[in-house]
Amino acid sequence: MLSRIKHFFDTFLLTELVRGMSMTGRYFFARKITVQYPEERAPQSPRFRGLHAQRRYPNGEERCIACKLCEAVCPALAIQIESEQRADGTRRTTRYDIDLTKCIFCGFCEEACPVDAIVETRVYEYHGEKRGDLYYTKEMLLAVGDKYEAQIAQDRAADARYR
Amino acid sequence: MNLDYFAELLGPAWLPVWTLAKIVAIVAPLLLGVAYLTYAERRIIGYMQVRLGCNRVGPWGLLQPIADGLKLMFKEIIIPSGASKGLYLLAPVLAMAPALAAWAVIPFTDTLVLADVDAGLLLVMAITSMGVYGVVLAGWASNSKYAFLGSMRSAAQIVSYEIAMGFALVGVLMSAQSLNLSDIVQAQSGGIHQWYWLPLFPLFLVYLIAGVAELNRAPFDVAEGESEIVAGFHVDYSGMAFAMFFLAEYANMILVATLTSTMFLGGWLSPIPGLPDGFFWLALKVSFILFLFLWFRATFPRYRYDQIMRLGWKVFIPVTLVWLLVVAAMLQTPWAYLFH
Repeated sequence: MLSRIKHFFDTFLLTELVRGMSMTGRYFFARKITVQYPEERAPQSPRFRGLHAQRRYPNGEERCIACKLCEAVCPALAIQIESEQRADGTRRTTRYDIDLTKCIFCGFCEEACPVDAIVETRVYEYHGEKRGDLYYTKEMLLAVGDKYEAQIAQDRAADARYR
Repeated sequence: MNLDYFAELLGPAWLPVWTLAKIVAIVAPLLLGVAYLTYAERRIIGYMQVRLGCNRVGPWGLLQPIADGLKLMFKEIIIPSGASKGLYLLAPVLAMAPALAAWAVIPFTDTLVLADVDAGLLLVMAITSMGVYGVVLAGWASNSKYAFLGSMRSAAQIVSYEIAMGFALVGVLMSAQSLNLSDIVQAQSGGIHQWYWLPLFPLFLVYLIAGVAELNRAPFDVAEGESEIVAGFHVDYSGMAFAMFFLAEYANMILVATLTSTMFLGGWLSPIPGLPDGFFWLALKVSFILFLFLWFRATFPRYRYDQIMRLGWKVFIPVTLVWLLVVAAMLQTPWAYLFH
């Protein structure tokens, strides 16, 4: 009986609604967590998987040895490799294309690579204005690698303990 | 400025011109208020959800409603091939017109009112009830199942809550002994304890909640119900035709807030007898109630459709009827002054 009276007053005095509103009312004054993107950025891990890059050795020689492990492991079949033997007897790629419209950024190519040639960088601000613009060729990947080598090397070093 | 000079200059054309000027003087600020109510809604609900809301266009995002308006104006109005063309285009107009027309009888101060009609309250009730035709027609003319479901829900809901709302207002006019909105406000003079929200508190609550339901706003927005029926009655509308529904909804919000302030919160009267009355107080009260509407939307999940019907018919109507009896009985006793 008492509980029914209590229920009656709870209902007609809208106590539960007032409690709900006091909750949202408190959050009205809470600190806002919005990250205002171009000026502020969310923190990034050294393992961030963004745009791909091909790396070189310090002497300028490209790392990739055309073992095609990345091509084999790629679940999206986004990588295409053709290779030949160079005059000095080493095997190098003549073609190394990644179709970024197929790529799912899983990072398997990077994990499979025995010489740390193909890596994913922290870069996520890139775009294409035509579909073909996101088809990255070997030259483009090497250019990305040349541009961000310092950051790439630093991130690999930071993560080396855990690999 | 001497108005008589212009009156003589224009001759018989003076009356329509002067009336038109007065209409513009009400509608233009109203539409501006509507624009910035959408801005306020996005900012306030954003803040309650620990976000910032729109702050990109102009300083503090203040130009956002202008940008939205321009965008909507330049968008194509798509008419579905199965739609009934004439009615499809008529519906937004029918939704918008009553939302603006009702403002004719709203008193802003003791002298500032476009039409000081004796049956003002009745006129407001009649005109606002027309708004549902726009919604029903939109749903029917779109020839789409979602739109149709939305408009049916809206019609049922508005009809149900109209009754409770009307009864709540009957309480007000019993206390004020008048249907004239200016007289109703005057009857509440003498400070915050004289306003009708206190003696008619249950009716005030019922009116406020039924008002939210009448507006098809959260938590009573089953007519839109984006999780079930996409956007309800206006799924097929785009561009300015959609904007008309949007404007109508927000103009109605301001209207209901103004009516609540007029009827229960003493309109332009100041809460403390010493302070001067004025439009400022009305604006303050309207803003407060609009804030409440936004706060409701940020807080409550949508009512289930059958719960809405139950609340309207089985709770609000009995509650208002009982309180009307209480008021009627009290008015016959020596304590009648409490209710005047």
